[in-house]
Amino acid sequence: MCLAIPGKIIELVPNQAHLGTVEVAGVRRKVDLGLLVDDMPVPGDWVLIHVGFAMTKISERDAAEQMHLLQMLGETEQAIEEVRGYGLDDSGSFRSMSSGTS
Amino acid sequence: MAHGAGGKASRRLVEGLFAPLLFANATAPLGDAARISTDGSSIAITTDSFVVKPLKFPGGSIGELAVNGTLNDLAVSGARGQAMVVTFVLEEGLPTPVLEAEVRAMAAALRRAGVVMVGGDTKVVERGKADGMYITTTGIGRPMPQVRIDAQSVQPGDKVLLSGPIGDHGITILLARGELDLEADLSSDTRCVLPLVEAMVEEAAPGIRWMRDPTRGGVATSLNELARDCGLSIVLSEEEIPMRNEVRGACELLGLDPLHIANEGQFLAVVAPEYADAALNALHKTDGCEDAVVIGEVRAEPACAVLVTTRYGGSRIVDMLVGDPLPRIC
Amino acid sequence: MRYVDEFRDPELITKASEEIYRLADTGRHYRIMEVCGGHTHAIYRFGLKDVLPANIELIHGPGCPVCVLPMGRIDDGLAVAKNADVIFAAFGDMMRVPGTHGSPFEHKARGTDVRIVYSPADALQLARKNPDRHVMFFAIGFETTAPSTALTLMRAKMEGIRNFSIFCNHVTIVPAIRAILDSPDMRLDAFIGPGHVSTVIGCRPYEWIARNEGKPVVTSGFEPLDLLQSIVMLLRQLKAGEARVENQYKRVVPWEGNRAALKAMAEVFQLRPYFEWRGLGFISQSALKIRDEYAEWDAEQRFPIPGTRVTDPKAAQCGEVLKGVLKPAQCKLFGNECTPEHPIGALMVSSEGSCAAYYNYEHRKAALVTSISSVA
Repeated sequence: MCLAIPGKIIELVPNQAHLGTVEVAGVRRKVDLGLLVDDMPVPGDWVLIHVGFAMTKISERDAAEQMHLLQMLGETEQAIEEVRGYGLDDSGSFRSMSSGTS
Repeated sequence: MAHGAGGKASRRLVEGLFAPLLFANATAPLGDAARISTDGSSIAITTDSFVVKPLKFPGGSIGELAVNGTLNDLAVSGARGQAMVVTFVLEEGLPTPVLEAEVRAMAAALRRAGVVMVGGDTKVVERGKADGMYITTTGIGRPMPQVRIDAQSVQPGDKVLLSGPIGDHGITILLARGELDLEADLSSDTRCVLPLVEAMVEEAAPGIRWMRDPTRGGVATSLNELARDCGLSIVLSEEEIPMRNEVRGACELLGLDPLHIANEGQFLAVVAPEYADAALNALHKTDGCEDAVVIGEVRAEPACAVLVTTRYGGSRIVDMLVGDPLPRIC
Repeated sequence: MRYVDEFRDPELITKASEEIYRLADTGRHYRIMEVCGGHTHAIYRFGLKDVLPANIELIHGPGCPVCVLPMGRIDDGLAVAKNADVIFAAFGDMMRVPGTHGSPFEHKARGTDVRIVYSPADALQLARKNPDRHVMFFAIGFETTAPSTALTLMRAKMEGIRNFSIFCNHVTIVPAIRAILDSPDMRLDAFIGPGHVSTVIGCRPYEWIARNEGKPVVTSGFEPLDLLQSIVMLLRQLKAGEARVENQYKRVVPWEGNRAALKAMAEVFQLRPYFEWRGLGFISQSALKIRDEYAEWDAEQRFPIPGTRVTDPKAAQCGEVLKGVLKPAQCKLFGNECTPEHPIGALMVSSEGSCAAYYNYEHRKAALVTSISSVA
């Protein structure tokens, strides 16, 4: 129920309204686009393929946003620790040095 | 059917039934080829059957497989193939041009390898049997004196070498059957690996502990057999394992593990660490072996297991194949 | 491979792992269930447990359609196929699943015409190409797969292809999750929500888990970074004492689901009043059957069905493992009588069943004491 792979639509099959040829790392297969009738993909779009059917279009924007979030992981924490190291508390004001952490 | 797929069931059949009844006199663990002595000379001998469907596929055909496969078994046992005999089991109604094409393919493969066919036999069975044709070849060869293949000589620290990208043959066959409606620019990698083995032997003979051609059952099955035979662990580095894009794509799409897919033109070698560089360099200088690479090493633990590790520290055990690799949707 | 390789980046995986170590409260033991068999498989395949702290326990859920299929249904499907003219078409996953008188492959060896297909569309194509034979597609899967079966049936009806039928075993995921939460032995902190099922049903169907049960749910992708990011999101919620449904798999899962897919399902299927789940017993409103408008393509209406019911051997503790109460290795039969080569229970049969996954990927690793470092 879970094996679904991203593939790129290479072309729509002429005379077969609901079929497209999809390519995954150089492997090609005809895929049924019938579940995407509300927003039909065009050649160049990426779709998620499961048992020979396209389940959704892949959002390049969401993928990029996710990669960005992953790259940022831990960086907020690091920034906060760096700030603490200056003797600043979280609001940006100086603490008295005796109670500060190093 | 699982008994022919090359993995666990095959091994049980061989070890549980054939070996005690037929191979009781064998002095060494079952390898790719056997050695017999006659009049003081040592001869290597091996046999293999070929039952592939379809008979012809991108990159080759059953005839070529039948010649190369047996020569490869001899090569990885450390022997140069010299002569072969062949048996054909043909299905009634097989078109003559098909048979002729296979015989020509075999003749060409033999010529390329400098090996002679010295005899054979043919039988015909009724329509519906033999999938067109089955071919069995038996090859004899002269052992290379500098080579000593012995799983027991494998030690922790030894390097595992692979001659080139995996999965080409098995995936080509899967696609050629047409049941899955997939297309890709892929061909079988069938070839005689003797020149490659010879190149490696020339530079690194004293360090070569073990070799095998990972046919049915793939790299995973061959290395599991080694792990069991030597009682040690084989640890592979996933990112080092060479694979064509299309093989990767097909495996991801179908949920297959490339390590279980058959190869017909590759070989594995376990080499002492001080000889690994020499072995690799020798292979790189040989035609068609530019992608040879160290894919892993031997360790003491976990005993009798093959492990695949990732750069980020994840690992998984890879077992022998059970039955044929099956596409999955889950 | 695009949209795959980026999410397997080793540096980012290490970074995500470090963030998880930072977030996980060392005084706390987290029990997180991944519902979906595909997630179980991914966790093992990518060795993700090796990059998680010991106090995060991943519990494998029942989202494996092969695992929860009662043996009697396989027996029934194969009984229909034994009728000489019927081609039994199914996914590769089904081929080695044991029925009472053998698996589909074993039936094939004895003469039943059994074929592997990658898609229900391929099964329909078999019917087109073999007009004098009947093709019966043995359909399994949750809501990820059901819409494809539905569309295939709609196409069969439109084209008037009469030598085709479906033996329908589709089940729905939410009742399975409910059964887990209703189980008295269960104690879970959070869920890694189904990934591909959610591309069809969206994220709303899980809101009751957060609202009524107070457990966070994050619908997750299947690559290592997807799963690790989902765990980060769950830990953040748990730390803040929150319980919400979040969508980690945004690039593919629409919050509202896929309307066209849901429509196709509604056109072709209706809910069965109840259905037996292997290991979980009878669950109401949890499985799909084909509507009367498509009766001609319903194998259960075209052919006499024996209605076989098979009980699992008492010693097999599949139910408890399915519900996450027991670990695979804790079942008495695990690794002895029950292995992938001769499976007794369903969890050992499917490669994503918890027992098979654990056996294939893990059980001998326990001997390895030192951490594994890169080899080449």
